[in-house]
Amino acid sequence: MDIHEYQAKELLARHGVHVPRGGLAYSPEQATYRAREIGGAKWVLKAQVHSGARGKAGGIKLCSNDEEISNAAEAMLGRKLVTQQTGPRGKLISRLYLEEAVDIAQELYLGFVLDRKEERVMIVASAAGGMEIEDISEKKPDSIIRATVDPGVGMQGFQAREIAFGLGLESNLIGKATETILGCYQVFRDYDASMLEINPLVVTRDGSLVALDAKMSFDENALFRRPEISELRDKSQEDPRETFASDRGLSYVGLDGNIGCIINGAGLAMATMDMIKIAGGEPANFLDIGGGASPERVAKSFRAVLGDKNVEAILVNIFAGINRCDWVAEGVIKAIREVGVDVPLVVRLSGTKVEEGRKILADSGEKVIVADTLAEAAEKAVAAWRAAAKNKKAA
Amino acid sequence: MAILLNRSTRVIVQGFTGKIGSFHADDMKRYGTKLVGGVTPGKGGQTHLGLPIFNTVKGAVRETRAEASIVFVPPPFAADSIMEAADAGIKICVCITDGIPSQDMMQVKRYMRRYRFEDRMRLVGPNCAGVITPGQALMGIMPGSIYLPGRVGIVGRSGTLGYEAASQMKALGIGVSTSVGIGGDPINGSSFKDILQLFERDDDTDAVVMIGEIGGPQEAEAAIWARDNMRKPLIAYIAGLSAPKGRRMGHAGAIISAFGESAQEKVEILKEAGVVIVPTPASFGEVVADTLARTKKAA
Repeated sequence: MDIHEYQAKELLARHGVHVPRGGLAYSPEQATYRAREIGGAKWVLKAQVHSGARGKAGGIKLCSNDEEISNAAEAMLGRKLVTQQTGPRGKLISRLYLEEAVDIAQELYLGFVLDRKEERVMIVASAAGGMEIEDISEKKPDSIIRATVDPGVGMQGFQAREIAFGLGLESNLIGKATETILGCYQVFRDYDASMLEINPLVVTRDGSLVALDAKMSFDENALFRRPEISELRDKSQEDPRETFASDRGLSYVGLDGNIGCIINGAGLAMATMDMIKIAGGEPANFLDIGGGASPERVAKSFRAVLGDKNVEAILVNIFAGINRCDWVAEGVIKAIREVGVDVPLVVRLSGTKVEEGRKILADSGEKVIVADTLAEAAEKAVAAWRAAAKNKKAA
Repeated sequence: MAILLNRSTRVIVQGFTGKIGSFHADDMKRYGTKLVGGVTPGKGGQTHLGLPIFNTVKGAVRETRAEASIVFVPPPFAADSIMEAADAGIKICVCITDGIPSQDMMQVKRYMRRYRFEDRMRLVGPNCAGVITPGQALMGIMPGSIYLPGRVGIVGRSGTLGYEAASQMKALGIGVSTSVGIGGDPINGSSFKDILQLFERDDDTDAVVMIGEIGGPQEAEAAIWARDNMRKPLIAYIAGLSAPKGRRMGHAGAIISAFGESAQEKVEILKEAGVVIVPTPASFGEVVADTLARTKKAA
């Protein structure tokens, strides 16, 4: 789960990390009012969306008077910001953050990730901040400093000091940098983060160390014990298709194709999507219906998939292991009648009692295209989608 | 004797009396697994499914000489249960639980390092389908009927995709020595490489099917190990060709976040290491059959 920059900065500030003075605004008037509160003569207005690369997309504006602030705020609010990371649909700007402008002497990179090879929290730092970490690794790989934390004892002071010295900071900044790095680790650990990135961490002309930007993501499996983080969820930043599905306990990822997928198990779901692609189609979504595939869950899944107006055919692929194909087939028929599926539907069942399941589908009188194998299911789904798309065009 | 599990392995269930634990314990017993008891703190001394319940894993090990444990404990308490098993002298622990926080798994892995390698418990999972040695024993949630006993090992992250592979093989008369689900989490007990090492040493396994997916470094690590050390044929499929970067595809660990983690990149790495690639998820059966036929001819 991602949070906004201003939320991450609030968490970090509570743990000894310096951030510029700033305030949240929901309207141009509020933004100019914030400027009075903060004081100074130059401010930065920042669109609060869950994405990096906001600057290039017009989501960050330097302003030096009320009029500039007000105009910039009006231009941003209510608009969808399309960055390199958001995809073409973009993300809605409904909150702005106004900050005092900082005089930058040097930009650094500081990141914390869960390293899957080391199976530990890894700190990644570089004196070449201000560009994406991928670009740093490509252009200045020698500038990257890495350290891992023993989860038994936590991050130690010497590790933070080594990084601070490694960044080539002046000796008067080492203490502050150490405090910043340890503070970040504390936040990462205490709130079950999965990623924390300060890019850039800046040395200002008057010799202080400030987190100019902050990005954080959290381990969704740990939200049960982090209610203060769950509250920071902003549904306006999510794909509405995904919000609908996740509110109903389904694991769903929206994509850009036309063939809706309802499958049990994440691996089989990915494999079925691959098979659709190999057969010449494009999946509209990833959806793992989970264990059981009860009629209720099948019905919810149809609703989630049909909520996407690009869907022109649906492929259901269920491997009934613990449950039985005849039960799953009954559930599918019940769900079709309840939800009203108006696009071609291909169903492939496999596993226990598969013959009985197929018979129930065939005898139901519903327009269900039955497939035996995975390859056949994908081919039939792609063919059905092509025919449906053609009809739609003709009509 | 296949790997990890056979008909004489003595197994206990942690989270024995819960709904899910009970259902699968019963299923495992029917399959022929030597189930010797279970653990539910506070219910020690009672019986369930005709087997004794213990308050602690240590108590269960003392009374039943259990060597293996399967964990169905809910996510907030699962890490604790795994560490309890490790401390009680359990040799093999399969954790089915989905949803354990990553930091808890980091702690588990760190905790297990307190034991010498020879004494260290082997953890499979979490968030996995478990282990089955067809015709002998089941320690997991997979449907036993889809596996034919045989001589091909399977190791994969996903449950249902593993079933798909096993049933395609069964349709061609190809059986399985042991199938191991290592789970879909970013931090897991046994890696692909760990399981390949066991299959390579196993006299009952002739070839291995590895079913990977997007995210993480384990498939590449396994491929490099196999290139340098494995004599048995390794056949692999990587799921997630159509997965976009930075999106989590169901499994907590199925996310492309670094170079080399996409399905296309992993397939390239595997090919370079000489691994036989299953090009589509519909061709597990024929690729395994072809590979076995070629190996036989060469021998």
